[in-house]
Amino acid sequence: MSKTNIRSDFPILATSSRGKPLTYLDNAATTQKPQCVIDKIGDYYATFNANVHRAAHEMAEKATAELERTRESCAKFLNAKSTNEIIFTKGTTESINLVANSVPLFSEKRRNIVISELEHHSNIVPWHLVAERHNLRVAAIGISDDGELDLNQARSLINDDTALVAITHVSNGLGVVNDVKAICRMAREHGALCLVDGAQSALHFPINVEDIDCDFFVFSGHKLFGPTGIGVLWGRIELLEKMTPWQGGGEMIEKVSITSSTYQQPPFKFEAGTPNIAGAVGLGAALKYLEQIDRDSLGKAQDSLVKNTTERLADMPGIKLIGNPNKRSAIISFLVENSHPNDIGTLLDQQGIALRAGHHCNMPLMDRLGIPGTVRASFSLYNDDSDGDRLISGLEKAQTFL
Amino acid sequence: MELAEIKESFEFFDDWEDKYRFILEIGKDLPDMDDDYRIEKNLIRGCQSQVWLVYAIEDNKLRFQIDSDAHIVRGLLKILLVAINNLSPSEIIETDLETLFEELGLMAHLSMSRGNGLRAMIGKINQIAENGAS
Ligand SMILES: Cc1ncc(COP(=O)(O)O)c(C=O)c1O
Repeated sequence: MSKTNIRSDFPILATSSRGKPLTYLDNAATTQKPQCVIDKIGDYYATFNANVHRAAHEMAEKATAELERTRESCAKFLNAKSTNEIIFTKGTTESINLVANSVPLFSEKRRNIVISELEHHSNIVPWHLVAERHNLRVAAIGISDDGELDLNQARSLINDDTALVAITHVSNGLGVVNDVKAICRMAREHGALCLVDGAQSALHFPINVEDIDCDFFVFSGHKLFGPTGIGVLWGRIELLEKMTPWQGGGEMIEKVSITSSTYQQPPFKFEAGTPNIAGAVGLGAALKYLEQIDRDSLGKAQDSLVKNTTERLADMPGIKLIGNPNKRSAIISFLVENSHPNDIGTLLDQQGIALRAGHHCNMPLMDRLGIPGTVRASFSLYNDDSDGDRLISGLEKAQTFL
Repeated sequence: MELAEIKESFEFFDDWEDKYRFILEIGKDLPDMDDDYRIEKNLIRGCQSQVWLVYAIEDNKLRFQIDSDAHIVRGLLKILLVAINNLSPSEIIETDLETLFEELGLMAHLSMSRGNGLRAMIGKINQIAENGAS
């Protein structure tokens, strides 16, 4: 039977912060780790630490097998056709940079890259860098005041001039869930490539890259109970085969002479150097853990906690919700009257409530909304009503300071 | 307000609440900066909230005006100003501002992930003082 009570699996949630019981509501930044993930990483270093894909000894075989098993789990997790479509990276940011640097966009006449106003800086800046290098234009799909993408505008921005569309599945600033399927369809209709940033979605909904019909899907291990420093780029094999490697080094080559080298097939072509083996092993444990828990009912409990907390915040005097999505993920952004988001962040921190205040690496979004930032509470599957209650009472206390 | 008064007040605080109420209260004394000065050029880099700083040197005394859009930061700035305003550049260089904030138990604001940028402000002030002294 799968687990429906998981809080006690996360040792950090029983600790305290500033002398108060920890209330962890910064899950969009990173999630906490269950004991099984922590143990697995320790186990790797204590019992089978070895480099992968090279040595001919037992531990190396075990380490390689574990790393490759994680690749299989990732393929399954995303409903990818082949494990060769799974490339290990440091995380979402590196995955996007890899695509930006490797995709053969620029041999064609297409001059536009389309993003949106909701993007995280890591889905903006890599495109600026390539745009500068290849003299391309970056254009952004705008949003309504509620934070919803303007699909009509998307329809006109995405055209035969578009090389690639890069769009987030869930906005880390506002919690808006985007209709990425619709956006990918528009890209497809015009022969453009489409990348979906799954950093904030991969934990919260089942991901099916075939159904989304994107060309690339990226996510970070640390946002779904895995360790930091490991993430995934999924790409269609036909594209990966055509792409040139971004980084060169060991492991990614077939043959090297002094003057030239030939590369391995994907995924190895894109994995130069010793990979983050401990990270991959830990990510494997996190994905296994996700299979063991009852994601469906935990997700429903989380959704009702988020909905309930959103309603309570909306009813509180002096609180203004930022963003009002039709479909909200586990993120709530708001402002408190007469204060800067950082003031609230500090006053909540003093009460043991960990959340984030600021622009959340969403400067274009904050500019669009005309605000310096927000206070952001972000939930995960282990949060419960006590966390929602502490947030509300912590805010009530903070308001007495202003 | 004198620095000695601030230090004395801090000695009587039992908990974070008293401390932050005080910081927010003294922040209100900080004069608002003219909109003309609240411009990009006067922003201090490395602060999460916006902090503007302008200064003038007169009779070998540095006079600062600092402002922020965040209230807690304004309180911290007020303490900073009480400590250094109207001192000569060399007197400012001799003032150990980091130790002052440590003594007040506000180190968290110095080290916290560039948090409120106090370290950036202190750095900027010392840089101005050094330029003024040379
Ligand atoms: C939507 C989104 N994209 C990208 C990132 C970057 O992820 P990472 O820092 O793990 O590379 C984040 C993380 O905050 C995010 O929320």
